[in-house]
Amino acid sequence: MKIAVLSGKGGTGKTLVSVNLASVSKHSVYVDCDVEEPNGHLFFKPTELKKEKVSIKIPLVDEDLCIGCRKCVDFCKFNALAAVLDKLIVFEEVCHACGGCILLCPTNALTEKDKAIGEIQKGVSDQVKVISGILNTGEESGVPIIKQLLKDINDESNPVFIDCPPGSACIAMESIRDADYCILVAEPTIFGLHNFKMVYELVKIFNKPHGVVINKCFDDENENLIEKYCNEQAIKVLSKIYFESELGKLNSNAEIASRKSEKYKLMFTSLLQTVIEEVPHETVTHS
Amino acid sequence: MKIAIPADENTLESEVCMSFGRAPYFYIHDTETQTGEFVENKAAMASGGAGIKAAQIVLDSTAEALITPRCGENAADVFKAAKVKIYKSVIGSIQNNIDNFNDEKLDALDHFHAGFHGGN
Repeated sequence: MKIAVLSGKGGTGKTLVSVNLASVSKHSVYVDCDVEEPNGHLFFKPTELKKEKVSIKIPLVDEDLCIGCRKCVDFCKFNALAAVLDKLIVFEEVCHACGGCILLCPTNALTEKDKAIGEIQKGVSDQVKVISGILNTGEESGVPIIKQLLKDINDESNPVFIDCPPGSACIAMESIRDADYCILVAEPTIFGLHNFKMVYELVKIFNKPHGVVINKCFDDENENLIEKYCNEQAIKVLSKIYFESELGKLNSNAEIASRKSEKYKLMFTSLLQTVIEEVPHETVTHS
Repeated sequence: MKIAIPADENTLESEVCMSFGRAPYFYIHDTETQTGEFVENKAAMASGGAGIKAAQIVLDSTAEALITPRCGENAADVFKAAKVKIYKSVIGSIQNNIDNFNDEKLDALDHFHAGFHGGN
């Protein structure tokens, strides 16, 4: 069972939800796909860390073979190549490693070269296997790291909780590709609703079963924007998490609330139970 | 020699565009004949690498100098390799900047900003 936790904007509570669900699930796997700013490890503080580099294949130019035909420059959708005085310049940080330029080159002047773009760290925290992807600063795309992360957990028999990158761009799509269920975390503000709609569109396009956790709710609010929208669209609301200084303090001290407090343990156990009941038994995959 | 200037609009009265890579047009001026033409910047709408592509367009126009308010590191690398000189534009129109260039009143641009990389 793979559960992806995503949200339209950063700071809504993806990590809070995914870290705590993984914790109350006992034997589980937590995967941090938010490779541009992974932070789940700050809560889990995993031990027995193992690190492995992730590389992509970028073009390497043989200047003696390059005839300056510029087929590669014209082809590159990411504008990672420039032809200057009949020499080819490769902008490694801009390259998305699609390999197209290498295929096109009529004189075989381009070959593949490995370039490290980040790493994967694996460790253990109590009964949770903690896996984090880390993209090096300045790199254009974290997709290759996410692909490797998800390949690594393909055969997991324990529940997997995927902490996704914020938004609905390529890296979020890649993170939910194999998920059996998507939890959309949203906050009840106008901005929160706007961005929630974007990820809601995304899970609909991917045909993923989904439900919503509304975070940062107030007791006395007249109208909860997310709840209203979910009711109108018949979207399942899994739970509401209220603004509480106790939860805020635990979280900002990088503590896992459900490990520190019986109250939050119950809260997230109940959420997990709701999610498990929602996850369809027949797995939908898009790989 | 030819010089390139990023332009908001395709007239000599236009302001110099505040962005190099995302400028809608480049004015390519020939200092020999004191005439020029506007070329469309096909990089303006690129999702990424606009500076690199825009620099390629400027190089392909055979310009040997660029007048711009600012320029990113990647585009600057292209110009450095091509030995294209980069001058800092002054406030005012395209024509005003050409006049300043002709009078040798423009300073070299020596500070280049890092890219604004989107999350795609």
